[in-house]
Amino acid sequence: MSLDKADVRKIAYLARIKVPDEDLDHLAGELSQIIDWVEQLAEVNTDGVEPMASVSDVTLPMREDVITGGNRPAEVTANAPEENKGFFLVPKVVE
Amino acid sequence: MSYILQGETCEWEVVIGLEVHCQVVSNAKLFSGASTDFGGEPNDHVDLLDAGLPGMLPVINEVCVEQAVRTGLGLKAQINNRSVFSRKNYFYADMPFGYQITQFDQPIVGEGTIVLELGEGHYREVGVERLHLETDAGKSMHDQHPTKSFIDLNRAGVALMEIVSKPDLRSPEEVGAYLRKLRSIVRYLGTCDGNMDEGSMRCDVNVSVRPVGSEELRTRCEMKNVNSVRFAMQAVEYEAQRHIEIYDEGGEIKQETRLFDSSNGTTRSMRSKEEAHDYRYFPDPDLPPLVFSDEFVEQIRATLPELPDERRERYVSDYGLSEYDAGILVAEKDNAVYFEEVAKGRDAKLAANWIISTLFGLLKKEGKSISESPISADRLGKLLDLISNDTISGRIAKDVFEMMIETGNDPETIVEEKGLKQITDTGAIEGAVDEIIAANPDKVAEVQGGKEQLIGWFVGQVMKATQGKANPGAVNGMLKKKLLG
Amino acid sequence: MSNKLNQLTISEARDGLEKGDFTSVELTESCIGAMEKARGLNAYITETPELALERAKASDERRSGDGAASGMEGIPIAVKDLFCTEGVLTTAGSHILDGYKPVYESTVSNNLRQGGAVMLGKANLDEFAMGSANITSYYGNVINPWKATDGKDLVPGGSSGGSAAAVASHTCLAATGTDTGGSIRQPASFCGIVGMKPTYGRCSRWGIVAFASSLDQAGPMTKTVRDSAIMLNSMAGHDPKDSTSSPKATPNFEAALTGDIKGLRVGIPAEYKMDGTPEEIVKLWDQGTQWLKDAGAEIVDISLPHTKYALATYYIVAPAEASANLARYDGVRYGLRVDGESLDDMYMNTRGEGFGKEVQRRILMGAYVLSAGYYDAYYKKAQQVRTLISKDFNDAYEKVDVILTPTAPSAAFAIGEKMDDPIAMYLNDVFTVPTSMAGLPGISLPAGLSSSGLPLGLQLIGRAFDEETLYRAAGVLETAANFSAVPAFVEGA
Ligand SMILES: [Mg+2]
Ligand SMILES: [Zn+2]
Repeated sequence: MSLDKADVRKIAYLARIKVPDEDLDHLAGELSQIIDWVEQLAEVNTDGVEPMASVSDVTLPMREDVITGGNRPAEVTANAPEENKGFFLVPKVVE
Repeated sequence: MSYILQGETCEWEVVIGLEVHCQVVSNAKLFSGASTDFGGEPNDHVDLLDAGLPGMLPVINEVCVEQAVRTGLGLKAQINNRSVFSRKNYFYADMPFGYQITQFDQPIVGEGTIVLELGEGHYREVGVERLHLETDAGKSMHDQHPTKSFIDLNRAGVALMEIVSKPDLRSPEEVGAYLRKLRSIVRYLGTCDGNMDEGSMRCDVNVSVRPVGSEELRTRCEMKNVNSVRFAMQAVEYEAQRHIEIYDEGGEIKQETRLFDSSNGTTRSMRSKEEAHDYRYFPDPDLPPLVFSDEFVEQIRATLPELPDERRERYVSDYGLSEYDAGILVAEKDNAVYFEEVAKGRDAKLAANWIISTLFGLLKKEGKSISESPISADRLGKLLDLISNDTISGRIAKDVFEMMIETGNDPETIVEEKGLKQITDTGAIEGAVDEIIAANPDKVAEVQGGKEQLIGWFVGQVMKATQGKANPGAVNGMLKKKLLG
Repeated sequence: MSNKLNQLTISEARDGLEKGDFTSVELTESCIGAMEKARGLNAYITETPELALERAKASDERRSGDGAASGMEGIPIAVKDLFCTEGVLTTAGSHILDGYKPVYESTVSNNLRQGGAVMLGKANLDEFAMGSANITSYYGNVINPWKATDGKDLVPGGSSGGSAAAVASHTCLAATGTDTGGSIRQPASFCGIVGMKPTYGRCSRWGIVAFASSLDQAGPMTKTVRDSAIMLNSMAGHDPKDSTSSPKATPNFEAALTGDIKGLRVGIPAEYKMDGTPEEIVKLWDQGTQWLKDAGAEIVDISLPHTKYALATYYIVAPAEASANLARYDGVRYGLRVDGESLDDMYMNTRGEGFGKEVQRRILMGAYVLSAGYYDAYYKKAQQVRTLISKDFNDAYEKVDVILTPTAPSAAFAIGEKMDDPIAMYLNDVFTVPTSMAGLPGISLPAGLSSSGLPLGLQLIGRAFDEETLYRAAGVLETAANFSAVPAFVEGA
């Protein structure tokens, strides 16, 4: 198995997804199965091959430095689960 | 001057690298059309993208790209015509996408240099590793509510240039000089306002120590978001000592991010849990590579202003100023412009002296910048003219300067109204000289008996009698002639 | 022409509206009636009948004035619930977007709206478009209007399964879909309709809930090839709000349907003849080849040697991008929040409850392949193989103008099948994924029936930004196939 319980716990934390302890084994199995399967790529010779991040042949278009947005705080927070005086609220962060 | 710290076991050298985040001067944010203005109501300068709403996509602001290139040129750095934006993945309440858009292995600007000024004629080149463009986060406020943090995204998405130095700095003084010089350069370029109080320039300080003579790079600690030059210097001092003490006791330094506490000048480990950061950088698929032509770069180069280093050299060669004075005058572009206006058609050294010792002293005392100076360059120039054409003495000029501040009048008016014109009329001076000689026969005898240094006393008496208006040179000459023949 | 207005094609309705045979309101009412009868299919997450009638009325008013009408004027459509729609609940099929009403309209749905199209509702889909059977939606399975001979409920394919079922059951004249690895073409094949994935960059991604940004592409799901061309014209176009949107001009796709493919070079890729592909699918493919040959095309054997790695490549690239794209669903600014003691707890609870299993699996997979120590072995490797896949196609297009393949390795299967085996499920997209990896346009059209009477699609793949040739070939194939079977659901209606 390419991923164990600890790996899954680690990436689940990186991805901030709560995975109940009792599901870790099963998930490790599933993910390992997928990882083992994608490892078939190892047999492809990619020496000197440029990685392709995007198929589009366009380069980054640039926009003018003009203010075209903002000034819509009510819309920005319209769907907020918790809002106060125009701020989004989250459980207190302790540094 | 080398900064060597004596430990118990050996002498230590400090190795410092800085990552400085400079907020780019632009109207709109890096990838959205929201304003970059400071202040505003909560979440007012926020566009749909900045709030990370589903389906929103980034489009880059051309001026932010230009500013990065301009800064790169100002740092004499390699400009990369092709660069790539990547996603840096981590969660934070004021970072709406769950990743920061930044540049990772292919930044817009590569290696460059910054020349540090470390006292009279003493310079040192420090390497810049890279400059990249990235987005700022929003702001979390933790003191508004007992159990909640408040999130404002007004700053989220504002363009930052992260300028990373090589680990070339060796002392708190060099750290100070680096930050001041970088600030000077970006302000000359107009690419960042360099305001550390408002956070438009923030510094991450990386510190390690090593035994003198060693070339190794030991484990470093990073103090994030230090927001003044003085604090950065303090952080280095404290952190270097801390490392040395730990090594002296046979301990090891743990690589970590530490918090600098400006209230007592110390650093401490951040209490947040010991988590393995794994940013999982990868090229942002929403943003194709940033590619521009040499022509684009050359157009920016053509608009580059004269930078502080070149300006300083010019002041030394053209105006005959000392390196030190020139360095002081060019550090702030506004100061240099003021100086050049005063010096135009005048004695540049005189102008430099007056600006550095008198005007800057005044501004410092009043906590003002040159743009708020109570004395304009034009008026200071006119005051210097009055000295140069012997209308007033340098001594009187200081008084006139004070009166200019008090009254707001121009120097000519003050000199005229207060009757401060220097007495150059030999007859008038002679009268005063004769009176003093006649009133002090015993002192005259002493001078003539060989105590020539007493002539100074006679000069003082004559100046007093003329309320300082007599030309001191003329008084001196006349006294010598009359007393010594 | 059918006497039931909802069963019309876009082009038929366009003519009828133009001639004044009926109004958009009548057409829309007919669709709304069909929607009500088809509720059991669960093709829609949100129905918006009032909004539809309002827009239909406005369309009729525009038409009674002067001004030439666009091809989509007054045409009732379903919009996949991955497109953000102003003031209308947008869920992406996920619990995590609970209650989310965008204050903006996606570029593509806005283009259609500006063109006069009438939105009937938001079509169901796999959660965040992740799936090939429409069984991962928080809002429940979609049921295929076609029935197997054994009477079992079938999946409509996915992820645009709601859109495909909505079109096939004639609750709308057409629907928007999105395709990341086959999510338009595979459900089109399963439901017996036409599904077009345009070239990457042809349609703006702005306002579409992102799954895998380098692959996602919107496209039309229609009853005919002509309808597809008409609808794509309305959807496509350069959008300065999407940095990957192509600045190329949008041609008149309908005009490309000349019916003439004499001399067209059609490539048949050897590697698509995979072991285990059902005989009936191979036979249909051969049949399709023959039809094109009969119409004057030249058949050329080609090789796409890296095709077999496309699926594995896809299952690295797409989850990696998704893991970042879905990080914004954190309970802070919109959607579901499940409280917790700390900020981290809140994130973990929200995302643990808000995302379904398949989405979680892909996010974790994506986080893993990008994580320290694995990036080069998985993500970078996949990007390199992607280069090779793309190069294969470029080489092939030196010799051919279009490529013909099956769309999917099977007909629609029963709900519940393949559910426990993610890889078996992933194999549904084996024929569609390579095109996606290369960003090329691909169209699926119904070409025949399986032994159990279910539709099977053939796929044509074109050169980048050459949808015209693709439509031309697809039009000829459509005529030759003359697919006229009707789903059980519609027969019974
Ligand atoms: Mg840093
Ligand atoms: Zn940074």
